[in-house]
Amino acid sequence: MGAAGDGGRPAGQPVPSEGTVSAAVAAEFPGLGIAWVEVGARPGKSPDPVLRRLRALSDRFYGAHAIQMRERPIPWAYRVFFRQIGLDPDRTRTPVEQLALDRLHDGEFRSLGRPADALTIATVETGVALRAFDADLLAGGLSLRDSAPGEALPERPAGLAQGTLIVADESGPVEVLFGPEPGRCAVGPQSRRISIAAIRVGGVPQIAVEEALWMATAEVAEA
Amino acid sequence: MADLLERDSFTELHVGVDESLARAQLRRQIGRLERELASLFAEAFGRVELDHRLVAVAAEPRLLDLGELEGLRDGLAAQVSDARLTLFERARVETDNRELLRRMLESPAEFRWVRVSRADIGEPGCGAWHSRPRLGLIGMLMGWWRVKVSSGCPLAGRLAAVER
Repeated sequence: MGAAGDGGRPAGQPVPSEGTVSAAVAAEFPGLGIAWVEVGARPGKSPDPVLRRLRALSDRFYGAHAIQMRERPIPWAYRVFFRQIGLDPDRTRTPVEQLALDRLHDGEFRSLGRPADALTIATVETGVALRAFDADLLAGGLSLRDSAPGEALPERPAGLAQGTLIVADESGPVEVLFGPEPGRCAVGPQSRRISIAAIRVGGVPQIAVEEALWMATAEVAEA
Repeated sequence: MADLLERDSFTELHVGVDESLARAQLRRQIGRLERELASLFAEAFGRVELDHRLVAVAAEPRLLDLGELEGLRDGLAAQVSDARLTLFERARVETDNRELLRRMLESPAEFRWVRVSRADIGEPGCGAWHSRPRLGLIGMLMGWWRVKVSSGCPLAGRLAAVER
């Protein structure tokens, strides 16, 4: 047994910050939430230990896993959530299913550098949806809400349709929830601090969210 | 009277209706149907193709209203029903093929040149049972028929050798 921190947390692991969910959205999706941790890291090529873990993960992930994945509780919870917010999870794939598909297509989990590889490892291991943001570009805490009239993103200067579910900070929308675009606070070569955020949906246990965040943080911070 | 004729809207009836419970119930049903569909998809994989796609209700993620959730639930229910039927029909075909295989093994001469693959009986792999004459032409003339079991999937090394 390793040393445990507060609340059963392993010693040395960061405490995830809990974001808010707007009342209207929380009333419809009681289990929805966003939590994040900040870690100091420079984007770039992943170090060898991370690449080894990525290869090991590729070696123990087969087609059968991809087929049975949607029957497992956490990937299923994301599929259901996608349906409930109007998306087709077979077209707009959940993060873990997209990774599984890429693994089958490419024959391996391809390294995309830091922090993408860390997110891949943590997402495949836990099934939890993770996003990475440049922490220095974020203003205040993260939240989940529906967009207000006139709100826009850099990649959507014409504006978001009112009621679009978004990840936001205190200054406005950061990205469309589970959207394909990197958003306003995407990690770039100049990033020095990275916020790794987990989007929890109903049916995903809190322990899985924390495990995903710790795992991703450890991989990002790997020297 | 006009209020009574307007049947699709509660506002015209001037009664307050909380739809949130109905939406929550529909979301639960969507979750259950999605699980069932996933299970059927896994069961059918490699045996028969299921149409498990449902057109997205929205281009962007958003809160769906009661009508949209109902439409989604109905679409999923129809897909589950179709998937069950497809699997049922496939299972019937596989049962018939297993019966054919049993009879073929008992009397190969009555099923000349008939070939039943593992896929035909719902088994994984590449093997097959083939009713063939023993010793080729001589067997054909003499009526010496037997069921030959193939050796299964080609090995990767052999495939590579063929490609070279």
